[in-house]
Amino acid sequence: MEGGLSMWKRKDLIGIEELSREEIEVVIETAVSMKDILKRPIKKVPTLRGRTICTLFYEPSTRTRSSFELAAKYLSADTVSIATATSSVQKGESLLDTVKTLEAMGIDLFIIRHSASGVPSFIAKNIKAGVINAGDGMHEHPTQALLDVFTVYEKKGKLEGLKIAIVGDIFHSRVARSNIYAWNKLGSNVILCGPPTLIPPYIENLNVKVTYDLNEAIEDADIIYVLRLQLERQKRGLFPTLREYHMFYGINQERIKKAKKDVLVMHPGPMNRGVEISSEVADSLISVINEQVTNGVAVRMALLYLMLGGKSDENPV
Amino acid sequence: MKVGIPAFFMPMKGGKSMYFQEKAKIMDKEAIKRALRRIAHEIVERNKGISNVVLIGIRRRGVPLAQRLQQFLKEIEDIEVPVGSLDITLYRDDLNLRLEQPKVGKTEIDFPIENKDVILVDDVLYTGRTVRSALDALMDIGRPKTVQLAVLVDRGHRELPIRADYVGKNVPTSRKEQIEVRLEEIDGVDEVVIGEWKED
Repeated sequence: MEGGLSMWKRKDLIGIEELSREEIEVVIETAVSMKDILKRPIKKVPTLRGRTICTLFYEPSTRTRSSFELAAKYLSADTVSIATATSSVQKGESLLDTVKTLEAMGIDLFIIRHSASGVPSFIAKNIKAGVINAGDGMHEHPTQALLDVFTVYEKKGKLEGLKIAIVGDIFHSRVARSNIYAWNKLGSNVILCGPPTLIPPYIENLNVKVTYDLNEAIEDADIIYVLRLQLERQKRGLFPTLREYHMFYGINQERIKKAKKDVLVMHPGPMNRGVEISSEVADSLISVINEQVTNGVAVRMALLYLMLGGKSDENPV
Repeated sequence: MKVGIPAFFMPMKGGKSMYFQEKAKIMDKEAIKRALRRIAHEIVERNKGISNVVLIGIRRRGVPLAQRLQQFLKEIEDIEVPVGSLDITLYRDDLNLRLEQPKVGKTEIDFPIENKDVILVDDVLYTGRTVRSALDALMDIGRPKTVQLAVLVDRGHRELPIRADYVGKNVPTSRKEQIEVRLEEIDGVDEVVIGEWKED
């Protein structure tokens, strides 16, 4: 384990789908050491001095963007962050031109979020610098799944043979898709639960169980993964009211009783309190939601190290 | 004789695999033990006791050596000094010269090093670059009163102004040669050998 090479050879991280189990494990292993740095009084190591990372977000974000930026800064990399609302995007510059312009300034790695699925993959194929997908449309959000896996690993000490119940708006959720791929590769069982209108057809083909009954999903679950109800994507009237949603699919103290005693409740944030999760559960001891945020920084540090720790002269200005 | 070694240390030339040809054993189990016991005595003498001393082993082979020094110090002074381990991967100066990045190990120092006399322990002192990285890593954790360096073998060829305070054995070498320290805790045997890398 120690003293070897890390086995990470990717220029880009587009999705969990393309990763092997070993690659996921390397990230988790590296994140363990990175988390130690976060606990120190001086949270900085010189590892990525002289490397430049650009966060390019075409969708709003608090935690993912700041998490990436802090991760880069703790490793001594420089960061540039492009807010599309105030950039040349408003003048009609194409996506690829924007990225190529930034690449010409010497960016080594782009962190990209976009509302259209496939954008990070498209950009990765057209530039020399690396790309990390920070969420694309309804496709994947790989770093979220990796930090979820890391959090479970810390709390449960294992990743195999767990029952993971993912509850809520599966249809719009890239977080759900990345988590499904991750847990399948790691040998745990995923059961999806939500109203029929929010579960995409043929999702069973990803080797998961589907139920519309929350009690069945929660029964004996090791992890209850609550998804955010994406209110900004609900204009089509996929469920009657928020109150009704909470009655059938909201996670509260009463519901939790069916799960295992040591169940963990997770949520990728931001939460709609009182809708998909009640405040008493979100703030209870079985909730690891804040831990997920801390671990997000550690996992992103691990990825930045794995992707930028190698040879530097590949992208000279 | 061919010896299995971790890929990280495996020099590759144009895809050809290399093997380690052993030339001589320069320390055996007893010699290592005697050297460490002497170093322990020197530590006590130099620091006038060990009440302010802490040991920090540099990963990987410095860690078991630090633990052994702790035992010897306990026999001499009847005090158990704290032992920690330091991983220097994130502080290496050659990260951007490598094609692939080495794995990151764990740093475990669960005691304060503020105002302590820190004894850094490693197996071989060669270019001094590992020690340079270790010093940087240490300073990020705290501000020790002094930092002293103990190594089992000093083989010369320093590239930085660094020297050891405690040396188990001075071994003159050529740059082509390689010193391998093998320890029971990691390699199943206690010995120090000198050899050379040959192409297969």
